[in-house]
Amino acid sequence: MTTETLTHHTKESKALFGFWVYIMSDALLFGSIFATYAVLHNNVFGGPSASDIFSMPFVLVETIILLASSFTYGLASLYAHHHNEKDKVALWLVVTFLLGVTFIGMELSEFAKLFQSGSSWQVSGFLSGFFTLVGTHGLHVTAGLIWMGGLLVQVLQHGLTVRTIGKISNLGIFWHFLDIVWIFIFTFVYLMGAI
Amino acid sequence: MLGNLTLGAFPHEPITVGAGIFMAVAGVSILSILFYFKRWNWLWTEWLTSLDHKKIGVMYIIIALIMLLRGFSDAIMMRLQQVLSVGDSAGFLPPEHYDQIFTAHGVIMIFFVAMPLMFGLINLAVPLQIGARDVAFPFLNSLSLWFTVVGAVLVNLSLVLGEFAATGWLAYPPLSGILYSPGVGVDYYIWALQIAGAGSLLSGINFFVTILMGRCPGMTMMRLPVFVWTVFASMTLVIISFPILTATLGMLSLDRLLGMHFFTSDFGGNAMMYVNLIWAWGHPEVYILVLPAFGIFSEVVSAFSRKKLFGYTTMIWATIAITFLSFVVWVHHFFTMGAGANVNAFFGIMTMIIAIPTGVKVFNWLFTMFRGSIVFASPMLWTIGFIFTFTIGGMSGVLLAVPGADFQLHNSLFLIAHFHNVIIGGVVFGYFAGLTYWFPKIFGFKLNERLGKAVFWHWIVGFFVAFVPLYILGLMGMTRRLSHIDVSLGWQTLLYVAGIGVVIIGIGVVLQILQLIISIRDRRSNMDTTGDPWNGRTLEWSTSSPPPFYNFAIIPTVHGRHPFWDMKHGVSEKRTPHYVDIEMPRNTPMGLYIAITSGIFGFAVVWHIWWVAVLALVVVLSLLMIRSFDYDTEYVVSAEEIKRIEDSMRK
Repeated sequence: MTTETLTHHTKESKALFGFWVYIMSDALLFGSIFATYAVLHNNVFGGPSASDIFSMPFVLVETIILLASSFTYGLASLYAHHHNEKDKVALWLVVTFLLGVTFIGMELSEFAKLFQSGSSWQVSGFLSGFFTLVGTHGLHVTAGLIWMGGLLVQVLQHGLTVRTIGKISNLGIFWHFLDIVWIFIFTFVYLMGAI
Repeated sequence: MLGNLTLGAFPHEPITVGAGIFMAVAGVSILSILFYFKRWNWLWTEWLTSLDHKKIGVMYIIIALIMLLRGFSDAIMMRLQQVLSVGDSAGFLPPEHYDQIFTAHGVIMIFFVAMPLMFGLINLAVPLQIGARDVAFPFLNSLSLWFTVVGAVLVNLSLVLGEFAATGWLAYPPLSGILYSPGVGVDYYIWALQIAGAGSLLSGINFFVTILMGRCPGMTMMRLPVFVWTVFASMTLVIISFPILTATLGMLSLDRLLGMHFFTSDFGGNAMMYVNLIWAWGHPEVYILVLPAFGIFSEVVSAFSRKKLFGYTTMIWATIAITFLSFVVWVHHFFTMGAGANVNAFFGIMTMIIAIPTGVKVFNWLFTMFRGSIVFASPMLWTIGFIFTFTIGGMSGVLLAVPGADFQLHNSLFLIAHFHNVIIGGVVFGYFAGLTYWFPKIFGFKLNERLGKAVFWHWIVGFFVAFVPLYILGLMGMTRRLSHIDVSLGWQTLLYVAGIGVVIIGIGVVLQILQLIISIRDRRSNMDTTGDPWNGRTLEWSTSSPPPFYNFAIIPTVHGRHPFWDMKHGVSEKRTPHYVDIEMPRNTPMGLYIAITSGIFGFAVVWHIWWVAVLALVVVLSLLMIRSFDYDTEYVVSAEEIKRIEDSMRK
């Protein structure tokens, strides 16, 4: 029935637009934490400062992995939207997932290292801000990974339908958004901190 | 096993014990009534799991009214304490209890009375006004409702298990930090607001998208009813400001739970950062509440002046201007921070500028009444009362916007009088007007008008008797939140007067309950059989009262700003109905489950019961996953079924 598919399309576009609006609000959540970090980043209170603790090569690898995961997600999206190749979509989702897991693993190992060297979040306002800002991003990536796992199963179950493709678009917005947030973190926290 | 939760968490004070027993008795009696009449199934299928925006709206309003009683009891206790606690008498409330009461009063009134009342009215009216069958995301709507309810439950739980924050309604650090508030009070505060706040944010997105993408054909933005426009502005503010609240409370929570140093007074924390952030949310919040009230007044004033609204376009632009300005005034809440003369001057001037678009609105309402044939029904009384009261509150606000004057009046009762003046006079009057106005649409019968008028007069007289003395006391130097007053200050007489004021408002509240009971009893004589009890102009009045669950059998097509007026006066052509199948969302208890589990998570974190917290989090994620895997969320109502329903309503 034509009316049926018509309303269905509207539903997907509503979800897509609604998700964009949610992303805008999430950007403000990060904005608030960024602002707090900006205010607190010099408050080291005798503890280490940004230039003392960051290992730039490590962070660069982390960054490249996350950017690569955005690229591979893009490939999954392309195969979903334009080629309708379910297996390729699943393949690239798996690759993205693994890159995401690697990123989270590296982040956790960085946190652990800082903790062992006595630079925990309890040391200073600066470190509280650092852990919270980077950690909030990490939690978002983790949520994205859980979501991606569920989506992968749904793609395999239902194939590429209007509904699953809609979900792929939404997670795509989320994933690329987290990439952009990371670029800001990389620039303002790590690069400017290392100077 | 149970973290910090021990038997010692149960209350010892007679008042708290009494309140706890009262809540238990009320709960048990509601449960037994449900058991006795065997209405469990009805409650579950018709209400708790419903995704119908009208029912969700009603449930929002019920929770708001229940919480209003609690918030109002807090107000009575505060007034009574300030009347009794003078000289040698310490009153009936120990300071730590008094501090919890003024905190709970503010938190409850804003988050669990005003917000749910607002979302309730938005749910009732907006989809009908834009000619939609439901909101954009019906499931999220249900989730939002239950998040709000769970937040309210956590606040009430703090009464019988542990304590509530004793910090004031915005929980400024370092007082709200772990060092000065080691108990669970602030944690209850944080998690109640985080959960309810998540609900508000989801609602904000939901209605933002509903208004942009759910409008019926021909309903262009500049044909939207003013209420829908003000809701649109308000939801924009929700989307922009609530993430700030989430982040801020999150950081405060990290300070308390993990020993971080965002807002502590040592280790490089910065308490003023919290104050800036919380007001970057808090100022827009008051506009979130008042803009929809402005919208209601605009609908009401036009309906009861029997004229179309004066200055529709200026009303919209004034709304947009207020939306923008609400984000550039937050520092006026703490001019005394010491930001410097130039910064204070900027924020002072921005604050005063808000009076201009607000003034535009006031004049629009006045000009709508001018040469109208005014019907003094109770919604109209609330509106006229509002214009009068709010203008006074607005002027005291402009006075406070002068940084020099604010240095003197900061934290005094003058401020308390000012914001009650605008919130009661603006928000409360507005929502009561809206409730009376849309009540017949949802329930099919009008509220008792005689009692409605009595309620209005008690509220407005009570308001002035209660708060004018506070203006004067503020000028005399009385600061807010005092639990004991020295005799020599000479403040006592005015506090007695304020106490009488709260009694008058109290009679109004009792009359409101009575009004509900009597209106339900006499509903047969107040039936609204036409669907259009007030001779309205907008689409909600074109449906029956109450509307069918799908709202419109045929989605209307709109040709102007007054679509229903045009229909009634034959401007738009009438066609014989041709029904088609419609898709409606299936009811689901998922929203309820997710919210309850989130509430358990919040409770577990408050008491540091970590295994429960982890478990609850896993369950929340699993529930979300289960919902995401459910592809069967809609059902089709056949054209024949719709024809049958529509025909039976015509009889």
